[in-house]
Amino acid sequence: MNATMEKQRVRIVQGEEKQVEMENKNIVYKTDQLNLWYGENHALKNINLDIYENEVTAIIGPSGCGKSTYIKTLNRMIELVPGVKTSGEIAYRGRNIFDRSYGVEELRTKVGMVFQKPNPFPKSIYENVAYGPKIHGIRDKKILDQIVEKSLKGAAIWDEVKDRLHQNAYGLSGGQQQRLCIARCLAIEPDVILMDEPTSALDPISTLKVEELVQELKKEFSIIIVTHNMQQAARISDKTAFFLNGEVIEFTDTNKIFSTPSDKRTEDYITGRFG
Amino acid sequence: MPVRGKFDIDLKELQEKLLELGSFAETALSKSIEALETQNIEMALEIIDDDSNANLMYEDINDFAILLIAKQQPVAIDLRRIIVAIKIAANIERIADFAVNIAKSTIRIGSEPLVKPIVHIKEMHKITLEMLKLSLEAFNDEDIIKAKKLADMDDTVDDLYGQTIRDLMQINLQKPEYLPQILQLSFICRYLERAADHITNIAESILFLVKGRQYDLNK
Repeated sequence: MNATMEKQRVRIVQGEEKQVEMENKNIVYKTDQLNLWYGENHALKNINLDIYENEVTAIIGPSGCGKSTYIKTLNRMIELVPGVKTSGEIAYRGRNIFDRSYGVEELRTKVGMVFQKPNPFPKSIYENVAYGPKIHGIRDKKILDQIVEKSLKGAAIWDEVKDRLHQNAYGLSGGQQQRLCIARCLAIEPDVILMDEPTSALDPISTLKVEELVQELKKEFSIIIVTHNMQQAARISDKTAFFLNGEVIEFTDTNKIFSTPSDKRTEDYITGRFG
Repeated sequence: MPVRGKFDIDLKELQEKLLELGSFAETALSKSIEALETQNIEMALEIIDDDSNANLMYEDINDFAILLIAKQQPVAIDLRRIIVAIKIAANIERIADFAVNIAKSTIRIGSEPLVKPIVHIKEMHKITLEMLKLSLEAFNDEDIIKAKKLADMDDTVDDLYGQTIRDLMQINLQKPEYLPQILQLSFICRYLERAADHITNIAESILFLVKGRQYDLNK
């Protein structure tokens, strides 16, 4: 078995190693000694993180700690920023995404992204979801219909929009628009979904709907979510990484981080003593 | 003001409320043995009357803690502080109830001369009271060394309990006419022994607070 595919997890029961359990889970992303600079500004420092499939990995940390930079590096969106330099490696499914031979379109087909503010296209609900598959050459109306329905159902918004698929997406509420964006992301059948503060512009009920959705989606996808809402990270993620000043201070099971974090800085942050 | 200044003040207030309840239980327990020794029925009745204050303090701590959880959404050590306060308050409130039980036994014994000097009971009481004081100190200082010491003290109380019950049974054979009093004295021993157990629970809570894992000190 590939060494990177093997995971050994020690389950801590009441603080003692009472049960050692072997789990085999695939690593989706392996970040190895990643450094990133915006010009002279060293924004990410020696990041080592393994992201496992069918898990929700939350990234928390104060503003400017590098969490959004990191997530944007995972689909190479960061390259859009002038003057960015990187060193180290990020392997997606075993292949370094910084390899010259690695096409960015190929990567982004597999890695969808949902942003802080819902950003539907100024088109109908149907067209928003069908847009990606059409670009990928799907023209058959029946297949497109199926993809749209499946994606909207997957994003838990189908029942709310099924009777107005051809109305403009801008007529939806903020929460619905965000779930539409998630549906748009699902339509291209990605492997990973990156979410950059996906609920920060939403009301509390819409936020909870998206959180419920994330729990459903992780059965099929691997999700990496940047959030400022620590309770959200605690509620929905399996693992949490705490970033501070461009470094990963602690990365472990979410239950551990929010009950007995190992590092004083993590504890100070999650209990709201700084940041 | 620090980032969570108000929350820190609230946590401090919760701690103070708990120490106040602890101090109340200490006084009640002391007075209960004094009332027994001096066979002072008035004092015993006073202990019973005063117990409603302990119940009010206990309810106040619970309400305050629940509000803190709802409003502050604490995690990690903050959450443990609040959960532990609720658990410790329940244990202290129970200890105050034992003082009431001792007072009730004192009233039942009434003015009948004591069948023997209550040396062992006083010794049990002395150690239990020391345990209670130490547990409150350990809680206040979050001191696990003191908390662990409580487990050893509880063993001493357990030994004294066994010894005292055996003595009382022996006296019962010699003076069976004193059976009702001997029963009440046995109950009192039992109340003190249980009070020490509850203090050991407090020690476990302090360990949980500091270390974030469960300990069983009653093993």
